[in-house]
Amino acid sequence: MALARIQLPKDAKRGELVEVRIVIQHPMETGFRRDAGGERVARNAIHSLACRYNGAEVFRATLSTGIAANPYLRFFLRAGESGDLDFWWLDDDEKEGTAKTRLVVA
Amino acid sequence: MNRILLTLVFFMGSALGQPRSGLEFSGAEIRQLQASDAENPGMLWVDRGAGLFAQHCAACHQPGSMKGVATRYPRVVDGKVVNLEAKLRHNGPRLAYESQELLALTAYVAHQSRGLPFSRGISNEEAEKGRREYYRRRGQMNLSCAHCHEASAGKTLGAETLSQGQPNGYPAYRLEWQTLGSLHRRLRACMYGLHAELPAYGSDLLLDLELFLAVRGRGLLLETPAVRR
Amino acid sequence: MKRRDFLGFTLVILPVQALGQANAHVSTTDPLVVAITKGKDVLPGKVKLELPAVAVNGHSVAMTVKVESPMSAAQYVRAVHLVSEKNPVREMATFYLGPHSGRAEVGSRIRLNGTQRITAIAELSDGSFWSDQVAIEVREAACTDGG
Repeated sequence: MALARIQLPKDAKRGELVEVRIVIQHPMETGFRRDAGGERVARNAIHSLACRYNGAEVFRATLSTGIAANPYLRFFLRAGESGDLDFWWLDDDEKEGTAKTRLVVA
Repeated sequence: MNRILLTLVFFMGSALGQPRSGLEFSGAEIRQLQASDAENPGMLWVDRGAGLFAQHCAACHQPGSMKGVATRYPRVVDGKVVNLEAKLRHNGPRLAYESQELLALTAYVAHQSRGLPFSRGISNEEAEKGRREYYRRRGQMNLSCAHCHEASAGKTLGAETLSQGQPNGYPAYRLEWQTLGSLHRRLRACMYGLHAELPAYGSDLLLDLELFLAVRGRGLLLETPAVRR
Repeated sequence: MKRRDFLGFTLVILPVQALGQANAHVSTTDPLVVAITKGKDVLPGKVKLELPAVAVNGHSVAMTVKVESPMSAAQYVRAVHLVSEKNPVREMATFYLGPHSGRAEVGSRIRLNGTQRITAIAELSDGSFWSDQVAIEVREAACTDGG
């Protein structure tokens, strides 16, 4: 099961800029590494990621092996209503991952 | 001549001088990554460990009661060296060495002692076996741990700066592994570099070394989950 | 060369310099750039790509990219593309933003396969492209240096 850590300010005022930080457990395998037996470890990186805030998309990214393992992303959004922040991502192995947290807006 | 030198070293203690954390030998990227809990990938395992703790341990142990526990491991119990992983395996669920679950649980418990000085209550006598192993040459390279981590600490080996090889940040997130790993994994990796036979996880050799390393690094603060290269 | 001709020569050169040197550091023949811009000019400016001058280890290098923009419904940054010069996969990432973003700033940690230049290309809502390019020295390469 994929793990993620999402960091948000404890609360925000409506209309304020909110900094969102997320770190996702994923090897972002380049396909160039070799295992103990000398075999190439197959490429597998998150290629698509999206974040929805109260159902509306606020951030989207196309990633590649150029992003470090256990990818970290930091972006901004404008605080509206209190609501859920839903993350979704898909990797080269076609595995989906999700993470959710709540943004509390005063 | 070697035997005389070895004996001298026994009695003089380690020729280390001031113990210095691996963080001091690391580049800016690594120091930055370790300094930010939001960015440090090691925290992903700490989070998972918190969940496992709640699941398997909270029936008897308050989460807050784990503070300081990691500073008392490794230690000798009934003549046997017990490290944190071994303690968690025996008291808790039977987790395999280097499994994601054991790593997470160990990282979580050790993290509760972050900032505290580790290795309390180990005597020099208890660490004697490990000390001998530390200074013993091994592998095709015929080098001991001391050759790199004492004689050459601070010098560069290729693009890398050799550290003192301190254990105070483990389990640690290593950039080379792109994941969190235990001290035993790191020690095995060193042995691999020496083209020596790899001791098993949890073996007496690795436990003895771990005990000596704890004494050698006395005074350092726990940094789990550290970031290393 | 007669002085008249020389003066004429410089008069031709100067206005071109003043135009802001379109594509000053973004190659117009780079197929990756053309795929992003569909051949449109990429102007230097508005974009600030922050990377350390030296990275001892290329596995995880902190990166921030900022674009000057009001991020209003009328004027905002649509996307920011991150392009590598020497990585085996040159398209590192694309970040899609909008007025709801509030600020055109994205941070991440990137993998670098050795010393190289990284280019950030921002696509604005008016269809224009702007860029910044930064050189970074990487002592231990991430991808092909034998993991």
